[in-house]
Amino acid sequence: MFASLSDRLTATFKNLRHKGRLTESDINATIRDIRLALLDADVALPVVKQFTSAIRERALGAEVSQALNPAQQVVKIVNEELVAILGGQTRSLQLAKNPPTVIMLAGLQGSGKTTLAGKLGKWLKDQGHTPLLVAADLQRPNAVTQLEVVGERAGVPVYAPERGNMGGHDAVLESGEGTRSFGDPVAVSRQGIEQARARQHDVVIVDTAGRLAVDANLMQQAADIRAAISPDEVLFVIDAMIGQAAVETAQAFQEGVDFTGVVLSKLDGDARGGAALSVASITGRPIMFSSIGESVKDFEVFHPDRMASRILDMGDVLTLIEQA
Amino acid sequence: ARSNTALGKALLSLLSRGGLDEEAWEDVEDTLLASDLGVEATTELVESLRSKVKVEGATDEATVRGWLREDLLALVDPSMDRSIASSRVAGRPAVVLVVGVNGTGKTTTVGKLARVLVAQDKDVVLGAADTFRAAAADQLETWGGRVGVPTIRSDRDGADPASVAFDAVKAGAEMEADVVLIDTAGRLHNKVGLMDELGKVKRVIEKQSPIDEVLLVLDATTGQNGLRQAEVFGEAVDVTGIVLTKMDGTAKGGIVVSVQRKLGVPVKLVGLGEGPDDLAPFDAEAFVDALID
Ligand SMILES: Nc1nc2c(ncn2[C@@H]2O[C@H](COP(=O)(O)OP(=O)(O)OP(=O)(O)O)[C@@H](O)[C@H]2O)c(=O)[nH]1
Ligand SMILES: Nc1nc2c(ncn2[C@@H]2O[C@H](COP(=O)(O)OP(=O)(O)OP(=O)(O)O)[C@@H](O)[C@H]2O)c(=O)[nH]1
Ligand SMILES: [Mg+2]
Ligand SMILES: [Mg+2]
Repeated sequence: MFASLSDRLTATFKNLRHKGRLTESDINATIRDIRLALLDADVALPVVKQFTSAIRERALGAEVSQALNPAQQVVKIVNEELVAILGGQTRSLQLAKNPPTVIMLAGLQGSGKTTLAGKLGKWLKDQGHTPLLVAADLQRPNAVTQLEVVGERAGVPVYAPERGNMGGHDAVLESGEGTRSFGDPVAVSRQGIEQARARQHDVVIVDTAGRLAVDANLMQQAADIRAAISPDEVLFVIDAMIGQAAVETAQAFQEGVDFTGVVLSKLDGDARGGAALSVASITGRPIMFSSIGESVKDFEVFHPDRMASRILDMGDVLTLIEQA
Repeated sequence: ARSNTALGKALLSLLSRGGLDEEAWEDVEDTLLASDLGVEATTELVESLRSKVKVEGATDEATVRGWLREDLLALVDPSMDRSIASSRVAGRPAVVLVVGVNGTGKTTTVGKLARVLVAQDKDVVLGAADTFRAAAADQLETWGGRVGVPTIRSDRDGADPASVAFDAVKAGAEMEADVVLIDTAGRLHNKVGLMDELGKVKRVIEKQSPIDEVLLVLDATTGQNGLRQAEVFGEAVDVTGIVLTKMDGTAKGGIVVSVQRKLGVPVKLVGLGEGPDDLAPFDAEAFVDALID
């Protein structure tokens, strides 16, 4: 296994010294390297296919460059295409004309929603907003308590009229399988917006329970929450470590709650984060923020160019190209 | 009906062209890659299949599929011991430590495993050695309440996780429990300080009692990074088994094939949902069948 695309390409083109127009066989060899590198980076297969065929087309028609060898020419094209998909529609939060701005969070179990609620709250507060967090996950054991602690750490108030799943003994379903909410998350979400209006909070962030793409009931619950609160933004939170499941998951959430933006979480890990490319290219929704740690300040606006070189680990090749 | 699957179609078109169609081989490769098996394992499996098709000259899909299934099964190795250390050893409780990156399902797995053990009439004690994440101890305590077992915790956020773990093992010994299950904070394997902290948790527990089982919890949706997670956790705490969670979704969890091979330890349990009964022993054959379906 080669460590990076740079290494792969260097190996492929070791014997190629000529410069000029790319031949078809140059391109085929390079495309195979790129395919493997993208798969190693967890870019989903359908996206890899789409992407490599776009690269092939552009590479075949590529301008003759005196400065770059064929590998470098292809890498340059790959980088441009990656940045175009990842950053095609970068934008900032959509604020409501009539406050409060309503932001709903959605995603798989454990993806980082509740943590993000605190981060987003703090980030907005630091910009002079007066956010309110709403505890609408009444299902995960102690999700409400978790949001309260997160809110305290962020210095942002939390609206939590229901305690959710806690206390234990009454929490077991008859079958012992699956789980359920203790109270009505749709009602809590709706009341949260009313509360924000009454207390003059200008942004409301609604934390919801994690749900699987295939769980039709829970997906409907998310759709009901959306319908009840008409959010200005629905942020889909996805773990940067996710593999091939990214496409189905993103599609299910797009159909289920029609999210408006994406947050990539746990980017402080060493996963290559191919999911970024998968989600952006499958849904066409912009990636807006990166979550980069467990504390409330570990949060930043998404940088498409950094993500592009992270996915393909093309650092040194790109430097070479810039110097050429 | 078999040939309606992507793999079936790929195998059929491959065989109809005498096993020489590169594109069809790529399709076979794709069906494996789609399960997160990874480039390395997939390439090996396809190479092996290719040479078998060439040497033995297969003509029907079922035979080739059978070969692939055999190879995969050999990788997953149904003969490994997948039992969980959960009975008293030499007059003391068994100690199980649960570790993994953030949000994979550690706390939930501890709760569900306690439920299984209680159903086997065992006395279980939970230790809340995640003192970092917001309300982690409350979450575990709720699970304890749910399944009817005591939870040893600190009242203080940010307490020393090693000393909570130590206290839990000590309490387990005093209560003459059968097993102590210790939940730890999620941590990314590339964070040296946090991995050192985990090493310390282990060492401090070992002042009191040997550790009988270290379960690494992996989320089935995890891609190729899962292998790095396994390597680093394996080095830090001698993992003895893997728990593959969230298998109730569409993800196949193919990364555990490489993980098992790398660590030489088996997948022991699978998580199938958020409820207390949503935990099952790992079934190698069912897992492989799902991979190639
Ligand atoms: N290292 C790291 N950990 C994170 C990040 N975001 C969240 N986490 C951790 O991931 C775990 C899960 O985060 P939560 O915010 O509880 O995730 P969730 O989506 O609300 O989970 P559910 O409500 O159970 O579906 C926690 O341990 C968090 O501390 C991040 O950007 N980096
Ligand atoms: N669908 C499904 N959800 C699961 C499963 N196991 C855990 N979860 C959910 O995944 C989320 C995270 O689970 P936790 O048990 O809190 O994960 P953790 O590893 O303890 O998280 P940290 O302590 O924050 O690192 C919760 O919403 C759980 O309900 C499973 O097998 N299937
Ligand atoms: Mg949550
Ligand atoms: Mg936990």
